[in-house]
Amino acid sequence: MKLLVPVKRVVDYNVKVRVKADHTGVETANVKMSMNPFDEIAVEEAVRLKEKGAATEIIAVSAGPTACQEQIRTALAMGADRGILIEHDGILEPLAVAKLLKAVIAKESPDLVILGKQAIDDDMNATGQMLAALLGWPQGTYASKVEPADGGIKVTREVDGGLERLQLKLPAIVTTDLRLNEPRYASLPNIMKARKKPIETLKPADLGVDVSPRLTVLKVEEPPKRQAGKKVGSVQELVEKLRNEAKVI
Amino acid sequence: MAVLVLADHDGSAVTQPTRSAVAAASKLGDVTVLVLGPRTAADSAAKVAGVAKVLHTEDVLYANGLAEPLAALLVAMAPEYSHLLAPASAAGKNVMPRLAALLDVQVISDIADVVDADTFVRPIYAGNALATVKSADPKKVITVRAASFDPAAAEGGSAAVEAAPKGEDPGLSNFLGAEIAKSERPELTAAKVVVSGGRAMGSAENFHIIESVADKLGAAVGASRAAVDAGYAPNDHQVGQTGKIVAPDLYIAVGISGAIQHLAGMKDSKVIVAINKDEEAPIFSVADYGLVGDLFKVMPEFESELAKK
Repeated sequence: MKLLVPVKRVVDYNVKVRVKADHTGVETANVKMSMNPFDEIAVEEAVRLKEKGAATEIIAVSAGPTACQEQIRTALAMGADRGILIEHDGILEPLAVAKLLKAVIAKESPDLVILGKQAIDDDMNATGQMLAALLGWPQGTYASKVEPADGGIKVTREVDGGLERLQLKLPAIVTTDLRLNEPRYASLPNIMKARKKPIETLKPADLGVDVSPRLTVLKVEEPPKRQAGKKVGSVQELVEKLRNEAKVI
Repeated sequence: MAVLVLADHDGSAVTQPTRSAVAAASKLGDVTVLVLGPRTAADSAAKVAGVAKVLHTEDVLYANGLAEPLAALLVAMAPEYSHLLAPASAAGKNVMPRLAALLDVQVISDIADVVDADTFVRPIYAGNALATVKSADPKKVITVRAASFDPAAAEGGSAAVEAAPKGEDPGLSNFLGAEIAKSERPELTAAKVVVSGGRAMGSAENFHIIESVADKLGAAVGASRAAVDAGYAPNDHQVGQTGKIVAPDLYIAVGISGAIQHLAGMKDSKVIVAINKDEEAPIFSVADYGLVGDLFKVMPEFESELAKK
């Protein structure tokens, strides 16, 4: 089984983002960037499938500026075999990314594509589902377990209220939820080895894809700030306030 | 023009987040609600204030919410509607992006406000920023953040219920089964009161402390990502950027430090109470009432105080 894992470069999980003074977006200059955490889970799952002998090759793909090479290198250090960078400066919406990935998939013919369920920058939660639609493939979103079974894959999904299990035909799309696995840290020898693994660079035009955004960002603002309230001294005081001041119980 | 809302239901009635999606849809046009399931759920949709029409089918093809046939059905229905909306539930978030791609439009996820027919406000970066976006697509496919819209009233409407069209079955996936927790407590995203526990709970067993206070208050039980990661609480209890977004009248955070990720899921609550032994915990900066103390002492005392009228 050949696996493809898209990875996104995003503002690091630990950075407190700031809205730009001109309200055009958030400050991303001189901010630590990392691989989207859900994509790390996707890479980890692919590497585990390969270690179990269920997969033969893992291709890590990223779309964005040249610097996305760093996130591809991280995926290679975790265990992916080679990388593809689709170089583009400017906004790439999930629909555009799905179209780019579809074009790469037409060339690479993977059996399974594993993506993060959502990127922690735009919080769209869309690329996997959109890619599945464009390819006409089944989707197993919010996966907490992925097992090759009966010529297809069995996916356990995190849904409202519990879990559900689906059997998908291959090729298929899986998007990862938090509990699927705990991604490994790349070891130093593997980081060194990853430097020698190949990364192919393409442009959207090479793939014949129009990536023009469909959404125009009119403004980006900070949400209204919540004021810190008061400390209460005792449980009695707390209950009294909730009953008589806030009137919520 | 007409607007379609894909309903979630609990087997007998449409959910409160669905009624929030109806509220958002009402700002855009005449609302038709699509109910896939029992007739009682369709009848409940017909009573929701502001609903003009209900389309209903009990076709088993849609019984388990598989995205592939459902998206195919919605594509077939799409020509009649300018906007297609669903609550941003696990089901809505699963199918609406698939629908959008089939229509060659960019999905607009998790909207928190409707500015006009083309323009919407949505949170980005875990709600640390609000983006106002204008869509150039001919049709809009949208999921709605339920916590940001007061739900349309459950009673007051009298819409006609008609048969939904029949869609194709792409035959790509099969439903094997589900383990859905049965709970007498209210649903997390619809509860008026939520009591959540964090990593400081220390174990899954200790979560009964949270549950028993929740039951005193008629509240839902939530958890921080740290508590879920540690295995103290199931994932569907998770409140935060990657879990559920809640905005109850009262949110009680117990032993939760207040990571940005968690605040993203609850900071729109009307009243926030924080109980934490670390007085420097960031949760106190958003709490209306803070109590510094050991939760294992405070919570039993809280419970017995609640019992006194």
